[in-house]
Amino acid sequence: MIRVILPGHLRALARVSAEVQLDVKGPVTQRSVLDALEAQYPMLCGTIRDHVTQERRPFLRFFACEEDYSLEPPDTPLPDAIASGKEPLLIIGAIAGG
Amino acid sequence: MSGVRVLVGTRKGAFVLTSDGKRERWDVSGPHFAGWEMNHVKGSPVDPNRLFASQCSGWFGQIIQRSDDGGKTWTQPGTPPGERTTPEGMPKGESNKFVYDTSAQTGKALTTHQWYDGTQHPWEFKRVWHLEPSPTDPDTVYAGVEDAGLFRSTDGGQNWQELAGLRGHGTGPKWQPGAGGLCLHTIILDPKNPGRIYIAISAAGAFRTDDGGKTWRPINKGLHSQYIPDPNAEIGHCVHHVAMHRSRPNVLFMQKHWDVMRSDNAGDSWQEVSGNLPTDFGFVIDVHAHEPETIYVVPIKSDGEHFPLDGKLRVYRSRTGGNQWEALTKGLPQNDCYVNVLRDAMAVDSLDKCGVYFGTTGGQVYASANAGDSWTPIVRDLPAVLSVEVQTLP
Repeated sequence: MIRVILPGHLRALARVSAEVQLDVKGPVTQRSVLDALEAQYPMLCGTIRDHVTQERRPFLRFFACEEDYSLEPPDTPLPDAIASGKEPLLIIGAIAGG
Repeated sequence: MSGVRVLVGTRKGAFVLTSDGKRERWDVSGPHFAGWEMNHVKGSPVDPNRLFASQCSGWFGQIIQRSDDGGKTWTQPGTPPGERTTPEGMPKGESNKFVYDTSAQTGKALTTHQWYDGTQHPWEFKRVWHLEPSPTDPDTVYAGVEDAGLFRSTDGGQNWQELAGLRGHGTGPKWQPGAGGLCLHTIILDPKNPGRIYIAISAAGAFRTDDGGKTWRPINKGLHSQYIPDPNAEIGHCVHHVAMHRSRPNVLFMQKHWDVMRSDNAGDSWQEVSGNLPTDFGFVIDVHAHEPETIYVVPIKSDGEHFPLDGKLRVYRSRTGGNQWEALTKGLPQNDCYVNVLRDAMAVDSLDKCGVYFGTTGGQVYASANAGDSWTPIVRDLPAVLSVEVQTLP
């Protein structure tokens, strides 16, 4: 079971209050996790990655085990701790304000 | 007794304000979609309980929401009939997909417009500025988007197809964004001629189709804009808003960047009707529900100073279709007021007397239940108001 923590606005959109848990078939990568996330919560399609290009939205980043995976290719395997569910994948919005 | 529902889009959520026909006491519901930029909320003329909302975020992009109970509950269109949720209980829906048509048949593979520096720039979808529900079909709704394009959904907002003839009619590569972006912000559906649609784009101008969106042409003859290389150019004018009275769809009123204009021939030509306005810069313009020659604007000092002249918030009304204007000030702040009133932030109801409503960037929504003679704030402290629409309920 993969665990994902979403930014607050996406939790509201998906109507979830805490982290979400996903079944991911095959290798656990950014792409496979996001595919599973969007399949389970279709209202999130287009909010994390572009509908057409599938590129990450510029103000979002992906963190796993305290490392930034945002710039890694989408098919790079995520750490074992993510694949085993020990650690959550964090989807984080850029801080705005001053 | 009939009632009124005011739909308010703000920078940090949407609000629904309701009253009975007296329009004296108001209930305030919201914020809906708290924290999100709500560019526009508008109801279907066919089914007043069906509302469409444009929800947007710089982080998460564009979402379309729909309510079928007058704003009490919302969902993203696309839930299959009889299957409102996923097995986990989550609402289904994917309605936020706006993809430009670049097919050779209809889109003509048009992929660039002019950028601020004069170079060509790819078309990039950013947000929905305006939603215009069909006057005859509750499942049909149009969306004006940035970068400028017109989309239509015929399934209640679930799937969107571009009417690509607009971008492809020939002048598209010359369109250039205004300071607010290259946005299609005005959509007017002719109530007497189903094939005719007017739209306006900042800063390209106004356009019209007479065949339901297949072919388009610019309708900017008579507009004069000192701030572009050719002040009388076919396109490039910064049109801020256009309004029409449904009884006379050939008569249009326009608030341009500077200048208030009117056309009596469906936009084929325009004449300036700024008359005695203290400044003719502004964003909103609207028409009285029962008097087609009575129009309203809110003059703003200048394009460099987006607030009322002399710190006095004044609506100006013309009962002569322009040129002769009177200031409406009763109930509006007449000193130290430095708010703006954005292009989609004025609307009218169809009660007798006609109600007029507008919202400000300071978070006030003002209402007049007597066609503008006097005003009262319904709410004073919302986030900056982006849009105001009104439904007159049976």
